[in-house]
Amino acid sequence: MLVHLQGPWTPLIGRLSLHQIPYDNPIVVGAFIFALAVAAVLAGGVTYSGKWGYLWREWLTTVDHKKIGVMYIVVGLVMLFRGFIDAVMIRTQQVMAVGVHSAGHLGALHGYMPPYHFDQVYSAHGAIMLLFAVTPILVGLMNVVVPLQIGARDMAYPYLNALGLWLTTAGAALIMLSLFVGDFSHAGWVGLTPLTELPYSPGVGVDYWMWAIQVSSVGTTIGAINLIATIVKMRAPGMKWSRLPVFTWTSMATNIIGVTTFPVLAATLFLLSLDRYLGTHFFTAGMGGNLMLYTNLFWVWGHPEVYFLVLPAFGVLSEIVPTFSEKPLFGYTAMVLASLGIAGVSWAVWLHHFFTMGAGPDVNAFFSVSTMLVGIPTGVKVFNWLLTMYRGRLRFDTPMLWATAGVFILLTGGLTGMMLAVPAIDYQVHNSVFVVAHFHNMILVIAFAIMGAISYWFPKVFGFKLNEALGRRVFWYWTAASIMVFVPMYTLGFMGMTRRLDYVFDPRWRALLIAEEVGIGLYWIATYYQIKQLYVSIRDHRANRVEADAWGTARSMEWMTHSPVPFYNFAVTPRVHARDEWAWRREQGFTSLRPERFQDVHMPKNTAVPLVLGALSFALGFGLVWRIWWLTALCVVAIVAAVIQRSFNKDTDYVISAAEIERLENGASVVPLKPRAQPVPAGGAAGGAIASRQAPSSRHPGD
Amino acid sequence: MSSHTGESVAAGTTVLWDEGHHGHDMISTRTFGFWLYMLSDAMIFAALFTAYAVLGHNYAGGPTAAQVLRPGDALVETMLVFTSVLAFGFAMSALKQGHRTGVLNWMTVAFVIGAAFVGMEVHEFANLASHGIVPERSGFLSAYYTIVLTHGLHMVFGLLWMAVMAVQVLRDGFTENVVYRLLNLKIFWHFQAIIWVCVFAFIYLQGSI
Repeated sequence: MLVHLQGPWTPLIGRLSLHQIPYDNPIVVGAFIFALAVAAVLAGGVTYSGKWGYLWREWLTTVDHKKIGVMYIVVGLVMLFRGFIDAVMIRTQQVMAVGVHSAGHLGALHGYMPPYHFDQVYSAHGAIMLLFAVTPILVGLMNVVVPLQIGARDMAYPYLNALGLWLTTAGAALIMLSLFVGDFSHAGWVGLTPLTELPYSPGVGVDYWMWAIQVSSVGTTIGAINLIATIVKMRAPGMKWSRLPVFTWTSMATNIIGVTTFPVLAATLFLLSLDRYLGTHFFTAGMGGNLMLYTNLFWVWGHPEVYFLVLPAFGVLSEIVPTFSEKPLFGYTAMVLASLGIAGVSWAVWLHHFFTMGAGPDVNAFFSVSTMLVGIPTGVKVFNWLLTMYRGRLRFDTPMLWATAGVFILLTGGLTGMMLAVPAIDYQVHNSVFVVAHFHNMILVIAFAIMGAISYWFPKVFGFKLNEALGRRVFWYWTAASIMVFVPMYTLGFMGMTRRLDYVFDPRWRALLIAEEVGIGLYWIATYYQIKQLYVSIRDHRANRVEADAWGTARSMEWMTHSPVPFYNFAVTPRVHARDEWAWRREQGFTSLRPERFQDVHMPKNTAVPLVLGALSFALGFGLVWRIWWLTALCVVAIVAAVIQRSFNKDTDYVISAAEIERLENGASVVPLKPRAQPVPAGGAAGGAIASRQAPSSRHPGD
Repeated sequence: MSSHTGESVAAGTTVLWDEGHHGHDMISTRTFGFWLYMLSDAMIFAALFTAYAVLGHNYAGGPTAAQVLRPGDALVETMLVFTSVLAFGFAMSALKQGHRTGVLNWMTVAFVIGAAFVGMEVHEFANLASHGIVPERSGFLSAYYTIVLTHGLHMVFGLLWMAVMAVQVLRDGFTENVVYRLLNLKIFWHFQAIIWVCVFAFIYLQGSI
């Protein structure tokens, strides 16, 4: 039943062998040394400060949505850096390999990467940036913010929340491992068939791509279910639907997309895996397979996916702009309906990704019109943000810079999108870098919104602001870099440059490619300032401490509790009286955060099971990639066993007495996110429960 | 600028904090989440049915649907699914009345009938495979095997879940956790029957015409 594989296979280690480790590739070896050095520094730092126990108790086994959100964002930022390095490699190859006389290095005929490696780099770049950088960061943001905005103590399913995190991390780990053991897919992040079928991709690259995405997609689907259930079921009393903050509304719309569309990806990749493992004929060239079936099924997921990414970004803008305009968001109802409308229409546009693949004018016309329809609710949002700013008391702190620029970038990206929605235009520029520039333009909206969100909510999560001067510098370098990279790319697209070229045959394009490389240099400088900003901000954190309402003019409920947020979120669950509850309370003078009486608080216990399941999923993916059947079977059994064993654990919650809450609230004006260490009774192994008690700290110096 | 959608403030009576301690209904939250999971499961089957719709006539010169599909056997399987769901429904009635033995007995009946269904499917496909009618032969056979066996795999998971629930009911009785899990299993088991109806109608019946 199993397919005949090219290359050796042993029962013990499957297709794995020492030859699969590219120790003769200096780029990969360099990357490995770098990764090892970073890991050594981190491990050394944790050991030196004696924090392994703290790390395990407070972070690796946590079910607290705020910490899980932070970890999602950390994973996303690390992968963003990896994806950035891939981008640097693509840009550099293209600027070096222009014209027939361009020199070849490191075994390449032109530039420094042979085509087979170049293909892996852009495939990894796409897959990583979309699914392992931006998605986890946005999921992390929603994780941190949504429960606070609706007045809840945690998500509806804290254990599943942690599971989603560790599954995403397992997928990211698989992709990172593919750099050092074996190859990655050379077939693009989309993985069109029949290129991804076994005859054309006989190695393990496509399998790595497939299983990394499959494992993390399970996490994303679980997260989507969690967020919807949280928003529907866990709202504080008085938080009617018409009072929900717009970021929460967009999170709702996003996750409705998520829960409906990610299973389609799962099924599609499952069918491809059947072709590659059992020799079935879903997408093969011949024997009854249908190549366009893959393209359609993939993009049925692929298009809603990009709206899954952009809707939270729109939500972020809808939070930042009112705060720094000191006005409520203009046109609340329209914004909500627009978000839900975008989510709905996003299901009806997928064919615009392949107008040129023979569907015919009638089908193309339908999808062209539906694609243009999606521009209407988006335009409504743009006007509403601008009208929010109109006659507002504007302040251009760093988050507002990112948000305002995001609106501008949305304009250009959206307009080029409308151009591409016209099949006649699309036929001219399909598969050129004009398309690449367009979708990067759209993703920049998301990236700018993410940067704005991080600088906006960082003070809430960590209790101190990021350095403002350095933040502005990061912003301007990012903006300059984005212009320098992508405006020339639009131009090159019109001039006829195809995408994914490892060798650039027209020397007239050299000048613009050099301009793009300058842009990459500007991104490097921005990254330097970003790291410097983090260092300086942490160094100066005592001077930059903030109170609950860190920005002074924020409007929603997350600003109604301490910064950093205590692990129980609110001492007593708030009652909601208005849209923009915190702004309403400020206007009415109800700014005290202290209730008359305290209540007992019911919280979930920490658990190591999600971490174990994540590790087992990583091992399962590894076993499947290398066709190590005993490992695969063992992991499946272990996963099922762990899940069943967890279900027999009755000790999963604990109660904090009202007196203890009062003590914690009194104990420090700022309740720390990271407690002073107090010995905590350790739980058992998988299924064991470890209490997450925040020890009341002695006063910080400087309080 | 004021938030003009706020409640009117009467002096001294505006309640800022929920000191009445209104808890959340845990069982309703859990079953709601499970419905969402069922939605995602439905989408998986939607994608698989889409693949079958496209590949359903791609015989590649091999066995056709009329030659391979046995709607008579599938009808028996359909009856098994329905009676299993019926038995589980009786188990849920017993749950409503708090009868532990009723739940255990009817769940056992549902389990046995469900296992018979799985057994029939295994027999059907083993029989086909022994005649060389394998999924690698054509696109149609790939799609047919995959969709029916994916449903069958869901049934197997449901049976495993029933076994686990039997142990938990015996051990703990009707705690909140046990009750919500039984309710979720009920939703899951009914859903498998609904998917089977689609499989029976669109694959077995339509394919034999």
